[in-house]
Amino acid sequence: MSKNELVILDCWASPFCMRVKIALAEKGLDYEERAEDLFGGKSDLLLTSNPIYKKVPVFLHDGKPLCESSVIVSYIDETWPAPALLPSTPYERSQARFWADYIDKKVLFDSTSAIWKASGDDAVESAKKEFVEVLKVLEGALGEKEYFAGDAFGYVDILAIPITSWFLASEKFGNFKVEAECPKLSAWIKRCMEKETVAKVIPDPEKIYEFVVNLRKMFGIA
Amino acid sequence: MEEVKLLGWWVSPFSRRVELALKLKGVGYEYIEQDLAHKSQLLLEYNPVHKKVPVLVHNGKTMAESLVILEYIDETWPNNPILPRNPYDKAMARFWAQFIEEKEEERGKLVEEASQCFITLEGELKGNKFFGGEEIGMVDIAANFIGYWLGVVQEVSGMELVTRDKFPVLCKWMDEFVEHSVVKETLPPRDELHAEFEARLGAPSWKY
Repeated sequence: MSKNELVILDCWASPFCMRVKIALAEKGLDYEERAEDLFGGKSDLLLTSNPIYKKVPVFLHDGKPLCESSVIVSYIDETWPAPALLPSTPYERSQARFWADYIDKKVLFDSTSAIWKASGDDAVESAKKEFVEVLKVLEGALGEKEYFAGDAFGYVDILAIPITSWFLASEKFGNFKVEAECPKLSAWIKRCMEKETVAKVIPDPEKIYEFVVNLRKMFGIA
Repeated sequence: MEEVKLLGWWVSPFSRRVELALKLKGVGYEYIEQDLAHKSQLLLEYNPVHKKVPVLVHNGKTMAESLVILEYIDETWPNNPILPRNPYDKAMARFWAQFIEEKEEERGKLVEEASQCFITLEGELKGNKFFGGEEIGMVDIAANFIGYWLGVVQEVSGMELVTRDKFPVLCKWMDEFVEHSVVKETLPPRDELHAEFEARLGAPSWKY
């Protein structure tokens, strides 16, 4: 008989960990959050649970580990079906998975990070352009809908919203505003942040900005 | 009568993955060959985001990205499942399929890293005939490049990544894979593939 012991190996700033925590919150599930020190020394549990990538998040269900945030969120949805995170028809699910793949392949996170990692005005400008292009494609996918799949907050929203907590850092280093470039996407961000399950997981973007300032010092970026 | 169409390119292991899944499930489809050097209006309309093959069209609805399409196929035609039913095992299969996909993306990188991947994958076979167990599953389909295309690439480039003495377990899997009755039907002819790669040797990326 499963005890339903849920553990997440976590880093507060990681948007990938936030995805898992939002999914768990949506399902009303209790879990233990174990903070990993990614720079000081990864725990033995992390290294043995995720030997391939050695990254967070790792999700443990009664001791059985799973890695890769999108795989974990799908697992959570299938194991605890209500409320559903993925749409109900195979076609709508394929669309959700397509956009999840786009977000990770176009590496929304990497494209936003490229802005504060860049040094020199030209590099920053070019990183900013690329990032805004990705945002506009996502804005097109959202269209006039409230959320990516329609009226209900779901899978794609969960995968995308955590990365937006890193946008302020990019805006400050890139000297632009997401709201000016993509007003509809900006409205979607605000809408998601009004949800309790999201608001309690996503950290203050100012704190992420401070974190990025320190990262830049660590990486030796001018 | 269900209408299933597949936009593909004979060289691409990604569109072959979809063909393999459809054939494993006995689903009839119309195959529409694409010329990726001159992309058709149809392809640009059906996959405006990536403009790539494969694209599956089912009763007029379009889908792109081979692993996404594989999930759709498994859900729509549940016979001969390619994903395990148990959520944990399903999650592991998805993890491995994504791992292979990611390593595919990094194909240009060091031989060393590639060798490490092969060692890892050998471990995942766990003495089974296929990654899916006794029968082919999603991970085997995702690994089709390793199963067949890699051999041709090695011949053309002269690079030896997977040899029988270094990776006996993986080579055994490759033998089983290409001998599988349904897989055989989906493989492009070796000599034609060889010629195609020779012509493209030195091209930065043949992933269209």
